[in-house]
Amino acid sequence: MAELTNEYLLQKLQDQFGSDILLSEVQYGMLSIVINKDRNIDVLQWLYDNEELQFRFITDVCGIHYPDNKDNELGVVYHLHSLTNNVRFRIKCFMPVSNPVIKTATTVYKAANWQERETYDFYGIIFEGHPNLTRIMNVDEMDYHPMRKEYPLEDGTRTDKDDKYFGR
Amino acid sequence: MSTIIQIAENPNVLEGPGFALTTLDKVIGMARANSLWPLPFATSCCGIEFMATMAPTYDLGRFGAERLSFSPRQADLLMVMGTISKKMGPVLKQVYTQMAEPRWVLAVGACATSGGIFDTYSVLQGIDKVIPVDVYVPGCPPRPEQIIDGLIKIQELVKHESLRRRNSDEYKKLLGSYGIE
Amino acid sequence: MQKEEIISTEKKEYTTLNLGPTHPATHGIFQNVLTMDGEIIVNTEQTCGYIHRAFEKIAEHRPFYQITPLTDRLNYCSSPINNMGWHMTVEKLLGVDIPKRVDYMRVIIMELARISDHVVCTSVIGVDTGALTPFCFIFQQREKIYDIFELMCGARLTTNIGRIGGLERDWNDEVYKKIREFLIEFPVAFQEYSNLLERNRIFMDRVTGTGPITAEMALNYGFTGPNLRAAGVDYDVRVTSPYSSYSDFDFNIPVGTTGDTYDRFMVRQGEIWESLKIIKQALENLPQGKHFAEVPEFYLPPKEEVYNNMEALIWHFKIIMGEADVPKGEVYHSVEGGNGELGYYLVSDGGRAPFRLHFRRPCFIYYQAFPEMIKGSVIGDAILTMSSMNVIAGELDG
Repeated sequence: MAELTNEYLLQKLQDQFGSDILLSEVQYGMLSIVINKDRNIDVLQWLYDNEELQFRFITDVCGIHYPDNKDNELGVVYHLHSLTNNVRFRIKCFMPVSNPVIKTATTVYKAANWQERETYDFYGIIFEGHPNLTRIMNVDEMDYHPMRKEYPLEDGTRTDKDDKYFGR
Repeated sequence: MSTIIQIAENPNVLEGPGFALTTLDKVIGMARANSLWPLPFATSCCGIEFMATMAPTYDLGRFGAERLSFSPRQADLLMVMGTISKKMGPVLKQVYTQMAEPRWVLAVGACATSGGIFDTYSVLQGIDKVIPVDVYVPGCPPRPEQIIDGLIKIQELVKHESLRRRNSDEYKKLLGSYGIE
Repeated sequence: MQKEEIISTEKKEYTTLNLGPTHPATHGIFQNVLTMDGEIIVNTEQTCGYIHRAFEKIAEHRPFYQITPLTDRLNYCSSPINNMGWHMTVEKLLGVDIPKRVDYMRVIIMELARISDHVVCTSVIGVDTGALTPFCFIFQQREKIYDIFELMCGARLTTNIGRIGGLERDWNDEVYKKIREFLIEFPVAFQEYSNLLERNRIFMDRVTGTGPITAEMALNYGFTGPNLRAAGVDYDVRVTSPYSSYSDFDFNIPVGTTGDTYDRFMVRQGEIWESLKIIKQALENLPQGKHFAEVPEFYLPPKEEVYNNMEALIWHFKIIMGEADVPKGEVYHSVEGGNGELGYYLVSDGGRAPFRLHFRRPCFIYYQAFPEMIKGSVIGDAILTMSSMNVIAGELDG
């Protein structure tokens, strides 16, 4: 079998999904594509089942927040790894902050379970069909999603910090 | 053998042939100080340094504290080592309230004393927000020698504590300020 | 036949048992609410996040060089690996060419850290089976690794070792001497330690067949590192995507077959021997040269030069004030940490702090499989399974 190159992989994906692949680029040797968020599971499942590509290992799922991207503020980033071909690549899906809903990847990979819960906890992205979508890191009473860019890092309730010593 | 054996100083007692007179406070203090049962509440990095402290190279057993009590009900000393998050705060408080009097608290490491480098929405900014602390050990993480130094400081406190302290109004007020009965 | 039916329709009462968050046998802060049928575990509900410290949020507010201390506190049993992984991620983003000497020095540091990580794990498996002697014995040797780190960077556990572009200082003669001593003394002590456990009948009976996992299941759950290799998959980041000149060294990847506690134990034991081999090779072939790359925009100049040389002062100022140009881009880099593939997904928007930094924390991902692995076993086995998975709270909760 020929070596699986980024170009070949992209070609295969475009043949299969056509216009659902919105963007593609290669950065630091890794292919990165942006897909239509409604097709995310179709793409993941196809990559998993494809006998040639065999992307059967999900390295990572995480969220990202671009406050300035109108209607595409929130994103989910998947890092996939084909252990047989030793190729990694990245899939991104973007969605509006007003309706952050995407299908869960737990149907394909069990490893996505907690990572999606973490993404929900941090960014408030709702994974449809997730078996147990609750907060994982923070207390259940928390009423916001702390990793979104508009929320501060520091604890707002601190009283022992004098702002003038920090130049604020 | 070239090792010089040092004999501990005689505690301040009135001595005669076959007897020694002192106050009960001092005897009990001495006994307590040298047989502390610590409860290691190790959450993160400092816990690994605590493991090193327990291991033969540093050996906490030299100070009569090798018997770790994992049950708060039998422990004298609560050693909090590592970051305490807001989720963990209530658990820590519960462990503290389950301990029997007299009880001491040693906050080991920057996180336990002040939140350390983690000035974030999820981390409790020092355990003294939820329970009273006797001795703070700085460092991120402190070296085993520092942890031992903290323990010696606790021993000094234990030695010189009056037996009536725990019943005093001042102490009750202190606990009251943390909402502990 | 009939009897079986009677048993299955019989009304059962389950006990709920709370294990953690603070419990002597959990080695960290994990909560498991177990549903027990007598002695047998029926199910468990895990809670984590008890030491969630918001690393990723902090990272968005700190300049690149200030993120190294955060990585220390991920898997604190092997901080140097995390540090190096982070440096290499940034170097990948910047496109820096690292001298061979730095690569080799880093390999030595990382392998020492791997030994100290695995030693904690395997000795704690011993402690959980009731064997305290090996723990006490090997921890004396582990202190020697700390001594070496202390000589290299001044810290024992949270090392903050190295800088973007190289190492902060060259090693002095004492370091070489200590490493050579270590390479002679440690194998002897480690062999003795291994003899206490590896073929010990009591230990083997206790850990064989405890908490097994199949290779398929392990892959689906995203296992990496020694736990995956114990299940029989020879995936090691050091080999599949070599970094820091790992391809120069000759070493084996120990693999297990059944993925049980004994295999996890033996894989780690085997890796310690391989690490020793790598250190030996790296030390023998250590090239001469500089201990840092030519990246004045990111590598802090030595203090003497800052005081005496205008150019160095300017660079120093630029780095500290965050004036250095960072390219825009996204980069994923991973290293083989103590517990598996430790990944860094860095998104830079050209600012002095990352726009987004995500840590792929191996513990967090494979700890999900814990309920699956302990179903149907007894509590004692659950404890052993947990300690052999080497779940580190700092890494789990991020």
